[in-house]
Amino acid sequence: MPLNIRIGFFLAFRALRRASLWTTGLIIGVMVLTFLNLVVVSGILVGLLQGAVDAVRTQYTSDVIISSLSDKKYIENSPNLISLIDTLPQVSVYTARYREAGVLEANYKTRKETDKPNTASAVLVGINPVSEQAVTGIAGSIVEGEFLSPGDYDKVVVGGYLLKQYFPVETPGFTTLENVRIGTKIRMTVGSVVREVTVKGILKSKVDEVSMRAYMVDSQFRSLIGRNDGNVDEIALKLSADATPESVRDALLARGVGERAKVQTYDDAQPKFLKDIIATFNMLGTAFSSIGLVVASITIFIVVFINAITRRKFIGILKGIGITGRAIEISYIFQSVFYALVGSGLGLALVYGFLVPFVAAHPIDFPFSDGILVAPLDSTFFRVGLLVFSTLIAGYIPARMIIRKNTLDSILGRN
Amino acid sequence: MIETKNLQRSFKNGDVETRVLKGIDFTAGDGEFIAIMGRSGAGKSTFLYQMSLLDEPTGGEIKIDGHNTHTMSENERMKFRLNMFGYVFQDYALLPELTALENVALPLLMQNHPKKSAYAQAAAALEGAGLGSRLHNLPSQLSGGEQQRVSISRAIAHKPKILFADEPTANLDNESSRGIMEIFQGLHKHGQTIIMVTHEEEYAKLAGKIVQMDDGKIISEVKNRG
Repeated sequence: MPLNIRIGFFLAFRALRRASLWTTGLIIGVMVLTFLNLVVVSGILVGLLQGAVDAVRTQYTSDVIISSLSDKKYIENSPNLISLIDTLPQVSVYTARYREAGVLEANYKTRKETDKPNTASAVLVGINPVSEQAVTGIAGSIVEGEFLSPGDYDKVVVGGYLLKQYFPVETPGFTTLENVRIGTKIRMTVGSVVREVTVKGILKSKVDEVSMRAYMVDSQFRSLIGRNDGNVDEIALKLSADATPESVRDALLARGVGERAKVQTYDDAQPKFLKDIIATFNMLGTAFSSIGLVVASITIFIVVFINAITRRKFIGILKGIGITGRAIEISYIFQSVFYALVGSGLGLALVYGFLVPFVAAHPIDFPFSDGILVAPLDSTFFRVGLLVFSTLIAGYIPARMIIRKNTLDSILGRN
Repeated sequence: MIETKNLQRSFKNGDVETRVLKGIDFTAGDGEFIAIMGRSGAGKSTFLYQMSLLDEPTGGEIKIDGHNTHTMSENERMKFRLNMFGYVFQDYALLPELTALENVALPLLMQNHPKKSAYAQAAAALEGAGLGSRLHNLPSQLSGGEQQRVSISRAIAHKPKILFADEPTANLDNESSRGIMEIFQGLHKHGQTIIMVTHEEEYAKLAGKIVQMDDGKIISEVKNRG
C-alpha cells in the first residue's frame, strides 16, 4: 500500500476512534438522513404509482390479460383459446370475464313521476366467483355484505365508485346511486334487457377498473346479455412464480392468438399516462435527491472545514514534522468516506430491514393508491456511490484548503 | 553543518514592512549545543524557524550539510525536515488523538519504517525519556513535563542530525524544566546537535555556545567553559 495512504489511514483511524461520540453521531445522523432523502423520497414518489400499478395487476389484469380486439364485441373462439391456455404450464390459474356496458338504477320504487331517475353508467361483468377469487382475490375488497357464490341468483356486487356514499363526487355528467345498501334492489339494464337484482356486496378498491364495475355470476350474466356461445370478453392469467409475463404473452402471440384478441402483460396494459407519470415522478425524485446530495455535500464540507480549521495548528505540526500534505488529505478523505459509508450502511439497514417491509405490510393510504416504497437495489447502490463520491469531494476540498496554508502560520495560528 | 549568510526575514502588512532578521551570518557545527537568547522580539524564534526550514527567508541563504535550501521545493524541504530534523516546541505540539507511542512512531512510519520496528524505536525513545509506563496514554492524560518528554522522544526517535527546540521549558515548572534540560544534556553528550531558543539563562548556560540576539541581529556568540 502506498505510504501516503498508509499514513492517511493511520491518522484517520485514530481521529475517528478518539473523536467525540456526539460529533461522530451527529455527522453519521446527517448522512443517514441524507441517504433516506436520496432513497426514500424518490422511492415513495415512485411507490405511490407503483402501488397503483401493483394493485391493477393484482386486482384486475393479473400477470397477463387477454381482451377483445377494439373492433370486436368479444374474443372470438374463446373456448378454443381457453383450451389453449389450459395447455400452458406457466399459467397457474385464470379467470374469464363477460363484460358489457350497462346502466344501474336505484330508488325507482320511491321515485315520483317528476323526479329524474337515479342511474349510474357501469361496466357490468359476469364472472366465475371461484376462479375470479383465485386470480384477483377480489373478495378481499368487499367492504359491506358478501362476495358472490357460484349458485347466486339475481345477486350483484357493486363497486364503490358507483355508490354515492363511497364516491361523493359531483362531476357534471357523472352520476352515482344513492341509498343503496346490502339487500337493496336495483335495476340492471343491458341494451333492451332489464333485470332487477339484489345487492349482495359492495366492494371498494383504488383500482378504477374494479370499483367502477358491477359483478354477477357468469351463468346468469350470459342470459342477461344473450350470449351462449362461450365467447368471453376478458381472460386474466395468473402465472406460476418462475414464469415471466412476457414469455407467456409471446407464446400466445406465436400461436396466433393476436389475430382474435389483444394479448398484453400487466405492464403493456398500463395506460401511457401512467407510464409518463412514473417517469415524471422518477425525474422529480432524482431532482429532490440531487438537492439532498448537494445539502449533504455542503454539510460534510462545513463539518470537515470546521474540523480542519480548528485542527489547523495540528495540520501545521504534521507538516512541520515531515508528514506529507497528501497523507493528511487522504486522512480527511478516509474520515469523510467513513461517515458516508456508515451513514449509508445504517440507511440501507433501515430501508431494507425496516421501511420497505413495513410499508409493504402497511401501505401508505394515498387517495388513489396504496403507496409502497420502491427501492431497487441497483439504483440504491448507485445512490450510495453518489453519496460516497460527493462526500469524498466535500471532505477533500476543505482539507486541501487548510493544508495549502503556510506550515509555520498554521503552527503559530497566524493568518 | 548549518551556515547562514546575510539571512533576512521581513513581514509585510499592507504597505508596512517589518524586518525581523536583518542579515545574519551564523555557523553551527556538528555536535554543537547552541542556546539562542535575547529579549522578546529580538527575532530568535524567527531565526530558528528559518534554519529549521519551517519558514522561508526573504533574503540571504541557508546551507545545511552543503545543501543550499533556497533552491529546494516544498516537497524537498518537507523530506529534509522529516529525515534531518527533530522539533521540540514550547507547547509540545503533540497530536491529541494519538497516544504517546503513536505520536513518537508517526515520523518513523512516514520514513517508511515497518510498523513493528517504528513502534519498537518509539517505545525505546520514550523509555529513554522515562515514560516507559506511559506509552499508551493520550497527551491529555499526561502532565506538561511528560508531554514535553514525549515531544522530545518524537524529535529524536528517528535520530535526526539537528534537534531544534523553541523555548522547550517555557511552559514547565522548575523540576520538569530541569528534567528536560538533563535529557538535552544527555543527547548532547552522545553527539546530538541541538539548537535551542530560550529565555532562561540558567538553562542557556548548559549549552556549549550562547548566541545573543537583538533587533534581528546576532550581537554576541559566547562559548561556555563547562
